[in-house]
Amino acid sequence: MTFVSSGYDPENPLQDRITDIGNHYYGENLPPVIKKNFGQWLWHEILEPGVLMHKAQSGDEVYTVRCGTPRLASAQYVREICDIADKHCDGHVRWTTRNNVEFMVDSKDKVEPLKQDLNSRKNEKGSYKFPVGGTGAGITNIVHTQGWIHCHTPATDASGTVKVVLDELFEEFQNMRLPAQLRISMACCLNMCGAVHCSDIALLGYHRKPPLVDDEWIDSLCELPLAVAACPTGAIKPKKKEITSERSGEQKEVKSVEINWEKCMFCGNCYTMCPSLPLADAEGDGLVIMAGGKVSNRITKPEFSKVVVAFVPNEPPRWPTLAKTVRQIVEAYSQNANKYERLGDWAARIGWERFFEKCGLEFTHHLIDDFRDPAYYTWRQTTNFKFTNEATKDYHQQKYA
Amino acid sequence: MAKRETPMVDQLESGPWPSFVDDLKRQSDYRHQNPDNINYQIPEDVVDDLLGVLELSYKEKEVHWKHGGIVGVFGYGGGVIGRYCDQPEMFPGVAHFHTMRVNQPNGKYYTTDFLRKICDLWDFRGSGILNMHGSTGDIIFLGTRTEQLEETFYTLTHELDQDLGGSGSNLRTPACCLGESRCEWSCYNTQEACYQLTQEYQDELHRPAFPYKFKFKFDGCPNGCVAAIARADLSVVGTWRDEIQIDQKAVQAYIGGEIPPNGGAHAGRDWGPFDIQKEVLDLCPTNCMWMEDKKLVIDNKECTRCMHCINVMPRALWPGKDKGASVLVGAKAPILDGAQMSTLLVPFISMEEPFDDLKEVIENIWDWWMEEGKNRERLGELMKRQGFQKLLEMTGLRALAQQVEEPRHNPYIFWYQDEVPGGWPVNKGDLQDFRTRHQR
Repeated sequence: MTFVSSGYDPENPLQDRITDIGNHYYGENLPPVIKKNFGQWLWHEILEPGVLMHKAQSGDEVYTVRCGTPRLASAQYVREICDIADKHCDGHVRWTTRNNVEFMVDSKDKVEPLKQDLNSRKNEKGSYKFPVGGTGAGITNIVHTQGWIHCHTPATDASGTVKVVLDELFEEFQNMRLPAQLRISMACCLNMCGAVHCSDIALLGYHRKPPLVDDEWIDSLCELPLAVAACPTGAIKPKKKEITSERSGEQKEVKSVEINWEKCMFCGNCYTMCPSLPLADAEGDGLVIMAGGKVSNRITKPEFSKVVVAFVPNEPPRWPTLAKTVRQIVEAYSQNANKYERLGDWAARIGWERFFEKCGLEFTHHLIDDFRDPAYYTWRQTTNFKFTNEATKDYHQQKYA
Repeated sequence: MAKRETPMVDQLESGPWPSFVDDLKRQSDYRHQNPDNINYQIPEDVVDDLLGVLELSYKEKEVHWKHGGIVGVFGYGGGVIGRYCDQPEMFPGVAHFHTMRVNQPNGKYYTTDFLRKICDLWDFRGSGILNMHGSTGDIIFLGTRTEQLEETFYTLTHELDQDLGGSGSNLRTPACCLGESRCEWSCYNTQEACYQLTQEYQDELHRPAFPYKFKFKFDGCPNGCVAAIARADLSVVGTWRDEIQIDQKAVQAYIGGEIPPNGGAHAGRDWGPFDIQKEVLDLCPTNCMWMEDKKLVIDNKECTRCMHCINVMPRALWPGKDKGASVLVGAKAPILDGAQMSTLLVPFISMEEPFDDLKEVIENIWDWWMEEGKNRERLGELMKRQGFQKLLEMTGLRALAQQVEEPRHNPYIFWYQDEVPGGWPVNKGDLQDFRTRHQR
């Protein structure tokens, strides 16, 4: 491993420096049939799961074969995509906003060989490399964040949890038999790089314990005011503490901070600013499951996802409780919703009390919003509710039985 | 062979979905075998150590990465995320494991020539592991050492004509749906808008000068494939002002069962024959369509353009011809005050190049937010703190009933002094005058 210079001179960083050039112009990358018919498309049809045909005013057709990919991918994997694109698509390929890869060809006879090629490529242990699917009324790839692979604040892994949920729901990726599309997203802490807050089903890593305070080191490793200011709920305040030094054994006074545990919502923002406030914890950490959100304006307005399971423990490597619970929700939705009805619209129509019953999920106090103003608007201010088992018991039974 | 035992992680090689573990192991083998004689600039066993860290996390159920510290390339305040392992002696190959964000082409179309160059660069100067793509849209280079950051940037800019994306308190890499390139519903050229604004605001993208992050996202229609309404401080969503275009013959073909509804999206289950009344007319949220003499009639002025009918009958219906976009502002994920969706600010804006009107809206908003926004306060939170009226004032826009779901529930109106005849009672004279009419 000998250092090879790119041409950059660290003594003179401004020499020949190129900056602010932005990205490549998209127009350079378009396949010819796309370029020719840009803005002139007439209609499309999903010919079978994973295969789309778009018809242009010119009469041209473009056939797209969509496949799932792991978002975390090696250069070797991307090179294999390039090989496929060179072989079938004259060196063009694209990714979707949900980490699927799309291969496009300009005539129907090229579809079958392409599809067969994609479905035949398997990993050593048997998983598909490029499963064709992810279209129409089914599930598509799960968008996700970094998790234990690369982030400092995650409460769970992202690639692993996504892999097990997609293994569990794989048939729904290859079929179009759900009432509508079902979008699943995963974010590994509540900072939500993945912005999963408007998904049909959201998997969200969550910490449940406040940060530890490394009193002896905090003042030398962190700017205390920044650590204090990092807390969104004002739960951190400066505090002088008497400690016994780990290094020398002496008693001494140190500048540190104190966490108000009541106010902490376990977001990890303080840890981002200050490594002396770690909060990862094997028992504390796990996942929240949210449901019923969407971003489309179709029929109903975009909607936030709601917390439907307050905690699922981390069970690596295959997170069986997580996979099973998501499956339960998808099954209940699949069996009960109307055609075109998104998961949240179904829940709103039957009532969320019925949703919990249909999905076999327990309702606990954690699911009643108590965070600031928006909470009130989620409580029920009407006598219109449905009786489910628990609520059918009268007051006395509820309390004393 | 990967050099570490990873029995827990290995269990993710089973199952049908593409296994990232299998893939990482393949990358590990590739690095060890090195058939292309690459002079690796970071440790050869970086992938093995990455799998090792992951195995440790799977065993302990705790993360082993530390927050970033300040690393980057000269003159930029974003585009690089520092990352260090908290067990560097156990996993020296990933002791430094920094991320670089590379600004993706809009619509994410690639030539294999470019992708191969990206792969070659990253195998040479980094781990060879990527995200295609990050949540905001960038190509993510995952894992390199500090001394390789400038070198990678130099090659990116000099040989690949390619810049970094955003991170930190700056404009984040703008993103769009595939727009007119392959969708009949896109109401403007999302890729062009995204590209031109990316170029226009390079300084804002690379040099953090904002209170916090700011995102642009461009959706071509209200279906929202790039989730602009949920995820962008500035959400541009295509729309139209005139009539939905109708091909009555094709409507009849749908009714007759000759064309599968919704582009065939529901073909995997027997939902019975297509029923236009039940599946389109009754589901229309404004009840603005009906059948008359075997013709579909739409009362377009009552239509809110939700796309349902167009989605169900893509060969019979299309958005109108007078197209542009709606601008909504202020979406964000939950930190801090709960998640926010973008709020409608401009019902209709022309999306003709060079997008000057849109730039004016953006720059007015930035002036306000940069002046008034607190550290780490997103636009949506500033809107909540100072009110929608303030946003209107700063953007010089009129209040419109379209901007609200319903009028306010309380009468606590903050009248402006100049709206009330005579202004505020401020001087002694006003009191003396009052006392001539009212005794103490």
